[in-house]
Amino acid sequence: MTAPKLAPDAAVRKAESRRGVFTAMPAAIYLLIFFCTPLLIIVAYSFGTRTATGSTRLSGWNFDSYERIIDDLVLGIVWRSFWLAGLTTILCLVVGYPFAYYLATRPARIRNILLVLVMIPFWTNGLIRIFAIRFLLGSDGPVSQASSSLGFGEFRILFTPTAVIIGMLYSYLTFMVLPLYVAIERLDWRLVEAARDLYANGGKAFRKVTWPLTRSGVIAGSILVFIPSFGSYVVPEILGGAKTLLLGSYIARQFGQARNWPFGAALSVVLIVAMLIAVVVNQRSAASELTGSSS
Amino acid sequence: MSIGMQTSKGVGRLLKINAWLVFAFFYIPMIVLVVFSFNASQRVNIWGGLSARWYPEMLRNDEILSALENSLVVAAISTLASTILGTALAIALDRYRFRGRGTLEGVAYLPIIIPDVTMAVMLLAFFAQAFRFLGNIGPQLQLGLYTVVISHIAFNISIVAVVVRARLGQLDPALEQAAQDLYASRWKAFRLITLPLILPGILAGALLALALSLDDVVISAFVTGPGGTTLPVYVFSAIRRGVTPELNAISTLMLAASTVLVLSSLFLQRAPKQERTTTKEDS
Amino acid sequence: MTESSNMTERGEPSVEILGVTKRFDEVVAVDNVDLAIEDGEFFAMLGPSGCGKTTTLRMIAGLEFPTEGRLKIFGDEVGNLPPNQRPVNTVFQSYALFPHMNVQDNVSFGLRMNGVDKKEAARSADELIELVQLGGLGNRKPSQLSGGQQQRVALARALVNKPKVLLLDEPLGALDLKLRQEMQTELKTLQQEFGVSFVFVTHDQEEALTMSDRIAVMNEGRLLQVGSAEELYERPANRFVADFIGETNLLDATVADGDMIILANGTRLKAPNPHATGTKVAMSLRPESIEIGRPESIPSDYQATSLRGVIATSSYLGHSILYGVKVDSTNLNVRSGAVAAHQRFVPGDEVAVWWDRTSDWVVPDDEPVAVTSEAS
Repeated sequence: MTAPKLAPDAAVRKAESRRGVFTAMPAAIYLLIFFCTPLLIIVAYSFGTRTATGSTRLSGWNFDSYERIIDDLVLGIVWRSFWLAGLTTILCLVVGYPFAYYLATRPARIRNILLVLVMIPFWTNGLIRIFAIRFLLGSDGPVSQASSSLGFGEFRILFTPTAVIIGMLYSYLTFMVLPLYVAIERLDWRLVEAARDLYANGGKAFRKVTWPLTRSGVIAGSILVFIPSFGSYVVPEILGGAKTLLLGSYIARQFGQARNWPFGAALSVVLIVAMLIAVVVNQRSAASELTGSSS
Repeated sequence: MSIGMQTSKGVGRLLKINAWLVFAFFYIPMIVLVVFSFNASQRVNIWGGLSARWYPEMLRNDEILSALENSLVVAAISTLASTILGTALAIALDRYRFRGRGTLEGVAYLPIIIPDVTMAVMLLAFFAQAFRFLGNIGPQLQLGLYTVVISHIAFNISIVAVVVRARLGQLDPALEQAAQDLYASRWKAFRLITLPLILPGILAGALLALALSLDDVVISAFVTGPGGTTLPVYVFSAIRRGVTPELNAISTLMLAASTVLVLSSLFLQRAPKQERTTTKEDS
Repeated sequence: MTESSNMTERGEPSVEILGVTKRFDEVVAVDNVDLAIEDGEFFAMLGPSGCGKTTTLRMIAGLEFPTEGRLKIFGDEVGNLPPNQRPVNTVFQSYALFPHMNVQDNVSFGLRMNGVDKKEAARSADELIELVQLGGLGNRKPSQLSGGQQQRVALARALVNKPKVLLLDEPLGALDLKLRQEMQTELKTLQQEFGVSFVFVTHDQEEALTMSDRIAVMNEGRLLQVGSAEELYERPANRFVADFIGETNLLDATVADGDMIILANGTRLKAPNPHATGTKVAMSLRPESIEIGRPESIPSDYQATSLRGVIATSSYLGHSILYGVKVDSTNLNVRSGAVAAHQRFVPGDEVAVWWDRTSDWVVPDDEPVAVTSEAS
């Protein structure tokens, strides 16, 4: 049998495709080995068995590690992480939406300067920024000193869930602000004006027009804040006390002192699944925006 | 430029107050840290006058110096490798259609959003498994600085790819076609037209990769081995031992370094002025 | 048929498109197109957006490749040659000037790629820059030029290579009206100066009609008609062309015996046509070729080419008056010379319209078939 003669465009497309594969190949192979394979291994570990010495046996597959998650103590940790992350997300939204709105409605020149001021803390060293918060909030730190010299007594907030939330807000607020900024900036202001004519009441115009039109930004921002908050490790380690044990630290502990890798792996899988759900939700909302949901 | 609708005075004032509170929240902790790094007092919290004594002090600490050296080595190698790999990936995703492109695109961005802890334990488990496997057939390996380098490349490829792709997206695809129409081979069209035009994007991506590599603590802490402590890992464990004036000084330097890198990156990512040919006639 | 002004007689076509089809996945962008463009011809491809005209142009340039069919440039098969191996150059819609190079480097780019040495290339580039009236701007960056100037650089950059065919993709689309008219004349002059065929794509029929020797009208990937401006206007091959080129009234009808057609309302009209009895057709009547008057004033010769109706609208346009005449349920636009106010019809007036037997044109209503007129 002879190969069918390719139409010129099919031959060209095939050559193009080969070129694309060739260009993507090095990075694709790297990610396959050092990202996808680790991802699969962690899933495999979550079904593995912990031996008496604390090593992991990849045989006799079982669900023990997942069953352990339903344990009250563990569920408590997952639940605490979940609501702390949820609360962080809501706070970020409450503070971030008006902030993004303010940025997006400045004149172009000022807006660009303000944006740079937002971006600097976003990309600078996260560990150091959390350290700064710790320094500031410490029981003998500047804030506390100021408050006691003013007669309000010592300021005891470090190593509490409040401190963790402040730290997460500090770390992830920009993740909320940037997508919101993008959504608000590309708003069709004529619609908003029309709504203000129509509803006379600014609050109603906001609820009926501005908010729905920026919803994709709200969803993207919420996901970008929730996911890292849910799996946060550095923030609770530095700002949270022994009582504020969160999922991130708990996972880390399974790979450290506790030496229970299968269990740590199962907890990681929970995080990964949460992340994948979030990604899908975000894509859905972006897609529905494209197909026109400005009703 | 439209400034949007006129918000009522009261709402406008609230928006403004909120904005300045947010900026204060962003910057005051960092400023306080910087100020206190110049505190002469041995006790971190008591202001003992202005002094830069902790900076030279810090440089006499061998642990810090070796951690700094490790960090620089990791950052340099991982930035170079991820810039090359990430740029090629961005070009492939932006310019070509091929089977598996959609999957690759999805996978390529996961390292950015996956929580640090998850990425860290994934890589730890991977190295453990790989060492066990390799140990059976020959070399006995253990975690070290090189595993940190490998891990940093894995997440930095994605960062570089995102930044470079944004730049490619701003480029008129007709430019490369025009070059080919003017008798340039494919390679020459890329080298003479596309490459110089996306170079700022590549540099911006590289600077961000550098900044992220110098900042990473969670992943490095998990996959590093004996002698492979990086500066953030050192700082992290030092913070857990308690705040020292030395720590304030290192932190200030790290803050300064990442700020410089980020500002340069932002500068390079600026939307190129009038890249798209304008069509207004002189009046 | 039409004789174009600067047509060469030996007539080897510069571009030959033979049964070319282009599919993007399942979408047929170009559907079995046959087309020959003569050497030295100013040729336009006209149609609404998405009609396949740009894809056809890009296939000639080598920026797209046909799914089926063959493509020849001066007899040489080029169907699957990459763009850098074809003796054609393109002026892109966005101009695609290299933003990091100055005007001179932009213009000399093609020569340099062809191995012309630096000095020689710069000299030729300067010549062309002078020719497109940009002398002295060689050191500017494209971003420092106005839209019209950028357009000229794009032209110079393509023409400096002495292409055998110059392709232009909506070259004037981004310019304002005044500049566009200026550039139309200039393009025409340049084309005559270089004596090569210019193939240009546009959605603007006026642009196509004023500039081109011949025009190809496309719709939905198909080539509907090729001809001179006059042919397309006077003798459209089908309903789409009649409707697309200029303004017209289209009356649905069926062909009857004896050179007659029957309108939807039963009126029989004299309209000699080559179509078989019973064929569904449309009669095209240009608004300016219709006479209007009182019902009793129809000249006797015109009884078989007349209709009665009622004035629905009347608009005064200065040099003419545009009436909307309601004939049963269809509306006819009629353009009449301006007359004194008291002589004008007003809405509600009963009128008759009639036309000369040579000014109507009957087109088939069914699937359009390409009608090509030979250029020489």
